[in-house]
Amino acid sequence: MAKSLQSCFFNQVIDRVQQQVEESQFYFTLAPRENSVKELRFLLLFSRQGKLRLQKWFVPTSDRERKKVIRDMIMLVLPRQPRTCNFLRWKDLKIVYKRYASLYFCAGLEEQDNELLALEVLHRYVELLDKYFGNVCELDIIFNFEKAYFILDEFLMGGEVLETSKFAVNVSMEQADTLQETMEEYMSKPAY
Amino acid sequence: MSPSVPLQEMIRAIRSARTQCEERGVIQRECAAIRAQFRQTDNGGRSHNLAKLLYVHMLGYPAHFGQMECVRMIASPRYSEKRVGYLGAMMLLDEKQDASLLITNSIKNDLSHSNQYVQSLALCTLACMGSAEMCRDLAPEIDRLLRSSNSYIKKKAALCAVHIVRKVHDLGELFVPSARSLLSEKNHGVLHGAVVLITELCERSPETLERFRKTVPDLVQIMKGLVISGYSPDHDVAGVSDPFLQVRILRLLRILGRNNEAASDAMNDLLAQVATNTDSTKTVGNAVLYETVLTVLDIKSESGLRVLAVNILGRFLLNNDRNIRYIAMTSLQKIVLTDHNAVQRHRGTIVDCLKDQDASVKRRALELSLALVSASNIRSMMKELLIFLSSCPPELRAQAASGIFNAAERYAPSKRWHIDTILHVLTTAGGDVRDETVPNLIQLITNTSELHCYTVHKLYRALLTDISQQPLVQVACWCIGEYGDLLLKGECQETEAVQVTEDDVLDALEIVLQSHMSTPTTRGFALTATMKLSTRITDNVDRIRSIVSIYGSCIDVELQQRAVEYNALFKKYDHMRAAVLERMPVIQKNSLGQTNGELSEEPMKESQPGKVKQEETALPPQPAGQVVDLLDLLGGSQEPLQPGSSVAGSASTQLTAAPTSAGGDLLDLLGGFEPTPLAPAPTVTVYEKNGVTLTLSCEQQSESGLTVTLTASNSTDSDISGFTLQAAVPKSVQLQMRAPSTDCLPAHGGAKLTQLVVLNNPNKVNLKMRIRVSYTCQGSVVQDMVQVDSFPGL
Repeated sequence: MAKSLQSCFFNQVIDRVQQQVEESQFYFTLAPRENSVKELRFLLLFSRQGKLRLQKWFVPTSDRERKKVIRDMIMLVLPRQPRTCNFLRWKDLKIVYKRYASLYFCAGLEEQDNELLALEVLHRYVELLDKYFGNVCELDIIFNFEKAYFILDEFLMGGEVLETSKFAVNVSMEQADTLQETMEEYMSKPAY
Repeated sequence: MSPSVPLQEMIRAIRSARTQCEERGVIQRECAAIRAQFRQTDNGGRSHNLAKLLYVHMLGYPAHFGQMECVRMIASPRYSEKRVGYLGAMMLLDEKQDASLLITNSIKNDLSHSNQYVQSLALCTLACMGSAEMCRDLAPEIDRLLRSSNSYIKKKAALCAVHIVRKVHDLGELFVPSARSLLSEKNHGVLHGAVVLITELCERSPETLERFRKTVPDLVQIMKGLVISGYSPDHDVAGVSDPFLQVRILRLLRILGRNNEAASDAMNDLLAQVATNTDSTKTVGNAVLYETVLTVLDIKSESGLRVLAVNILGRFLLNNDRNIRYIAMTSLQKIVLTDHNAVQRHRGTIVDCLKDQDASVKRRALELSLALVSASNIRSMMKELLIFLSSCPPELRAQAASGIFNAAERYAPSKRWHIDTILHVLTTAGGDVRDETVPNLIQLITNTSELHCYTVHKLYRALLTDISQQPLVQVACWCIGEYGDLLLKGECQETEAVQVTEDDVLDALEIVLQSHMSTPTTRGFALTATMKLSTRITDNVDRIRSIVSIYGSCIDVELQQRAVEYNALFKKYDHMRAAVLERMPVIQKNSLGQTNGELSEEPMKESQPGKVKQEETALPPQPAGQVVDLLDLLGGSQEPLQPGSSVAGSASTQLTAAPTSAGGDLLDLLGGFEPTPLAPAPTVTVYEKNGVTLTLSCEQQSESGLTVTLTASNSTDSDISGFTLQAAVPKSVQLQMRAPSTDCLPAHGGAKLTQLVVLNNPNKVNLKMRIRVSYTCQGSVVQDMVQVDSFPGL
């Protein structure tokens, strides 16, 4: 698709979609007492140009649905002004997003989740990445995406927080990496 | 940690591609190479290839041919290959793929591996994409791991168990004993996992909930420890000790304390302590406070604590951080019905938030303000809302306008104020109001006979200023047509009179007729108004005659028809003209029979636009429902009627009796039904089982609003407690459940329980409701679901 076409209609489309997605009502509203505790549904990282850097899905989603969600999130989050609220509504989910340098961290929560805590979860993940890579930047995450996933898997599991201590996560990552290296050396094959 | 060179080279190559086409070429070449490598037997670079494939997958390209490779890598003895293999499984496989079953055995083996990191890979993958069969297979393993001595494994096993319980509810029983014992752990990660697991178990089964109520003192103890303890570098976040754990414990306490006095009492002190001691300067402290507030409002807390909670929300409203204001408003929205007075105290702050820059905050503030309008504060609130309407973003205008109309209708202190308010809204946001506003306003004006003079003067002035807002122009034209004589008389008590000559009035109407801004409907209004004036004025009848005859050759068919008929009225039926163009009688709203009767009395096809509109909007809900039923009967499928329905039932039986042969009979049947007025609130029994009866009655409040009353009674020999109702409606219908009158039903129908449900059906979709009934009788919990497809009286 020619980039000039995109830039022509981009703003109008953004406005329209943003309006539609923000005004979406619940599909099915159960009465106020439905308070089952659910999980994070997904976690996405994307750049300011809309390139996906990491995607973690905590509920089974088909490929088509995933692509749709990613598109919608990018359309919703990218045009947001700098000092606006970090919470949005989209279909029946709450969306929490935060921008760190050139990356947007975007999480989809269920109705009953605590948005402020989700902000803390995103922040903690960034801190973990920072500690591991040392002053992390987007390029680190691009070239070492599998490490970013491993760190995420030490911090979150099934949509819930797994380990609440920063140090413990870093220690596990270091030990796992050491294990990988020593096993490689032991098997005398080139290091990964 | 040396990075993967082949992987990074590929990433660099992809990134250096200058166009989409070039990138596709690079990726195709790489994928071909990867596929070739996969087909070869074991070589040293297997993990690199899979990693490359995963990167390509993340860019959005197909990668399904990597699924079998993932399965093979997972089975490999090398840790590096297992790591990437499991990562691939989580990214490429999900429970819908067949290949996912193949890794079950590998996972099983790895769960008993000697190395904890291999075990953790297996646990993580199972928790991410484990299907129901896999979960059933491996649940005993997980339970065993829950009892191991290794905290690293225990915490992962706990969350894996959570996933298993979510997938296969019955397996919850298996984990209850281990979950209980995990609460005495010291390791925060394990504790957190245990709390999440217990929460999940309690959510799934009320018996387990009862059993875990005994843990409330332990949880309170743990929370106290967290809140009071000193600085712990491991878990501290900006002065709050392990906020993640605190929030989860609070949520569990909420579930355990709901509807239970004893448990709620046990946690009152703790909640008060958390609410007062937590530092609220940073987001993390506010996150804990927010969860505390939600818990307090949900359990049976004492009133002092509730007031404390609402005050915390009030403080949130004053916070500089937008996120916190947004959170405060969403929470206040949830409790505005139950704790109305408490929320009213913060009305000022909420109204101030209407002026916030952020669109999300504005939207919340608008919804909350509309909910807070009451008879005592209507004047001040309306002032603020009207100011908001003039400066609000376009996407909120329609909502604001309709909210203002509803509020004005319910709490208007005087008719004049009501009319003024509606006129103000029409001038500011005329383009965004709903279509039925015009007939509603016209009806309101007709009914306020003492203000006719004032109204017509005001509307005339508005018309002179601006003719772009169509609803306003339509109403103005109609009024000038009806009450033109009052306008011309020139004297008015309520407002200063303006000397208006007949020419001025006709000029104004002609401008509307000729303006390109007027829609055809507006033109119709203006033409009819001009015609009506022919009986109200004395001098310029010729002018009117000429205007009317000009439009006899108008291109718009509707206008042409009207003009021709008015011409005929001038020529052949001049003797009837005065009678036909008389003042309109007062229009009755919501009595279908009468409006239709009035229409059939009119000898000419004098299409009074206001009445037609009203009739049109009032008519569809009734015939639509009837037509659907009729079509069902004609189609042969006799829908079984709800027993005990009064009018609706008798109407339908009349239908079955009447001949249903030709389709032409349909319209006759419809015509035959219109005069029957509807009984006020017919009730229908929707659920009758085990002695518990649930009846439903509904009342149409407005065009799209409906109030449904659910009444439950108990005719068994034992009392019923914990009676709750949940309702679900199709999307696009808005639902609001009011608090039920009680949640206990004494035996032998001692007392009844009523619950109001307010529905708003703006799109007029076919209304269905699914109601879930849940209650405790003789110690056992009963849950049932019933679907209501037809509403009595609709």
